[in-house]
Amino acid sequence: MNASGAPLLELVDLVRHFPVRDAFGRRTGWIRAVDGVSLAVDAGETVGLVGESGCGKSTLGKTVMGIHAPTAGDIRFAGREIGRLPPRERRAIARDLQYVYQDPGASLDPRWKVVHSLHEPLKIHTRLSRVERDREVRAILAAVGLPNAHLDLYPHELSGGQQRRVGLARILTLRPRMVILDEPTSGLDVSVQASVLKLFRGLQETFALTYVFISHDLAVVRAMCARIAVMYLGKLVEVGETAAVFEEPRHPYTRSLLAAVPRIGGRRVTLDFTLEGEPPNPRDVPSGCRFRTRCPLVQDVCAVEEPPLRVVDGRRVACHFA
Amino acid sequence: MPELLSVRGLRVDFVTDGGVAQVLDGINLDVGAGEVVGLVGESGCGKTTLARAILGILPAGAARIRGGEVRFKGDDLLRQDPAVVNARVRGRAITFIPQDPSTSFSPVFPVQTQIMDLMKWKSPRADDGGPRWPLRRYPGERYRADREAVLETLRAVQIPEPARALRRLPHEFSGGQRQRLMIAMALLPQPALIIADEPTTSLDVTIQAQILRLLRELVKARGVSVLFTTHDLGTAHEICDRVVVMYAGQEMEAAPAEAFFARPAHPYTRRLLASVPGPGGELRDIPGDVPSLVAPPPGCRFHPRCDDATPECRGERPALRALAPGHDVRCYHPVEKPIGA
Repeated sequence: MNASGAPLLELVDLVRHFPVRDAFGRRTGWIRAVDGVSLAVDAGETVGLVGESGCGKSTLGKTVMGIHAPTAGDIRFAGREIGRLPPRERRAIARDLQYVYQDPGASLDPRWKVVHSLHEPLKIHTRLSRVERDREVRAILAAVGLPNAHLDLYPHELSGGQQRRVGLARILTLRPRMVILDEPTSGLDVSVQASVLKLFRGLQETFALTYVFISHDLAVVRAMCARIAVMYLGKLVEVGETAAVFEEPRHPYTRSLLAAVPRIGGRRVTLDFTLEGEPPNPRDVPSGCRFRTRCPLVQDVCAVEEPPLRVVDGRRVACHFA
Repeated sequence: MPELLSVRGLRVDFVTDGGVAQVLDGINLDVGAGEVVGLVGESGCGKTTLARAILGILPAGAARIRGGEVRFKGDDLLRQDPAVVNARVRGRAITFIPQDPSTSFSPVFPVQTQIMDLMKWKSPRADDGGPRWPLRRYPGERYRADREAVLETLRAVQIPEPARALRRLPHEFSGGQRQRLMIAMALLPQPALIIADEPTTSLDVTIQAQILRLLRELVKARGVSVLFTTHDLGTAHEICDRVVVMYAGQEMEAAPAEAFFARPAHPYTRRLLASVPGPGGELRDIPGDVPSLVAPPPGCRFHPRCDDATPECRGERPALRALAPGHDVRCYHPVEKPIGA
């Protein structure tokens, strides 16, 4: 909790299910992509959301953004419920809440000069005059480390890294309060990744941003986030301070996940890695604890009773034996 | 160690719209028998081109081999009869594990059809002679022996219920299972060398750990060599006996895995290792950009971004310098001290 008390973003039992239909359009089941997630994000912090593909972390981010409508539960942003707003009112929130895809450079229109792309969000969302917009655009461009001369270039005249910076500048022109970064470094080389992460950090400081950092790369999350939420099959299994979670993970899934990350210079982790199998299909979620089919600590109670997220040692863990 | 594969001075150009790109600039690479060698480098450094040049599957129109040799068991594959390479080497003595298993299967045939089709041509029991496609026959006796071998290999890569699995279509397998099938297909011809092109990049970290362990155990048990390309240093640390690092079409350093991570001598290797995010959250990037391969910098191609560069580095490319047995570096100013010192 920050000084003013209320978190900037608060999710309360957020649910997003997708219907599964057969060839005749009849519903045959549900994919429980996000299945009751509660999470609070304070202003100015960076929260990491980690998990394997299919665990629902991107669906969670997109539901917060309004790309998917929530099936149930609340999304409170700056104290206001935004999950069920009518489209016109919801659009006004977009100024404060922005979403960064894997490659923000790829969302530039190839036929538009950089200057056109950067002016567009301001034209839609503000009543600034042309001169005011221009001043704003130049300030943002400098903040992402590009010279003014780049304003008159087309995206194909820029390198991939520069395109990425322009894509970020476009998101920042509206001065959002919160940015959801969805796998922002996947597919990047380590040296490029380091400069992109540095840029994110610098921008957070300059613009007082709050980040939700969705990633499957635990080393990156560890470097960027003060708090981390681990997701498995649509549910949070562990939420806590990053340093503490990495030091001593309490949920068996977090333990396996961390045990799989290679440690350069140390003993090969694959020699001791024991987690078997793959995550079950989110259409067909196991009863009780969702991790029980792969869990080394599994007992009879796990199949019957779903463990709630409870506070253990200053963090929240969903395991009967944490 | 007797070298199984030895690449010497390989130069490959690509003709592009922007001019001729010098993608490989005099590459040397050795893979010993039974050795797992990691080929590490950032995107565009030429590691996939090198892997394709060894397999002889460079795009015919665009790529030009300008010089050098690729010796496999003593024979220069670049100068051998392509028909012989096709019949005896490619897909048999040297096999391939692709990066993305989902695009390497045909979506419309059951896995069995596709694996048996491979075995018809590339099984260790197949003879080299005989009529070519489409007249090739598949004698029932060999088919049954091959199918037995397929089932056994599927068990080795831990596919549950192999006989039933064979009847399924590729989309019915998860990404990790498909990569297991690919590993099985690479092992089935009983090759001497497997070229694995970033086989775990599309997998989650827990599945990656399972697959890396499986692959290492299988190749070590069978004495197969692996050339493993990756841009992920952690993966290289997990699986490799020796690591070669490439930058912009030149190999910079080759060392046993332990020395590579503890005492890297090339400034590029050190910067690359330092750019992995540390536990304390420190981030160190490499300033500057990867050079254009159409007009590459002369000499050592890393010199424009190197802190230790001198005029010497802009002239001739540094010769190979041996620091220790198996630890070679191509740099005028190799760093002597271990990492962290």
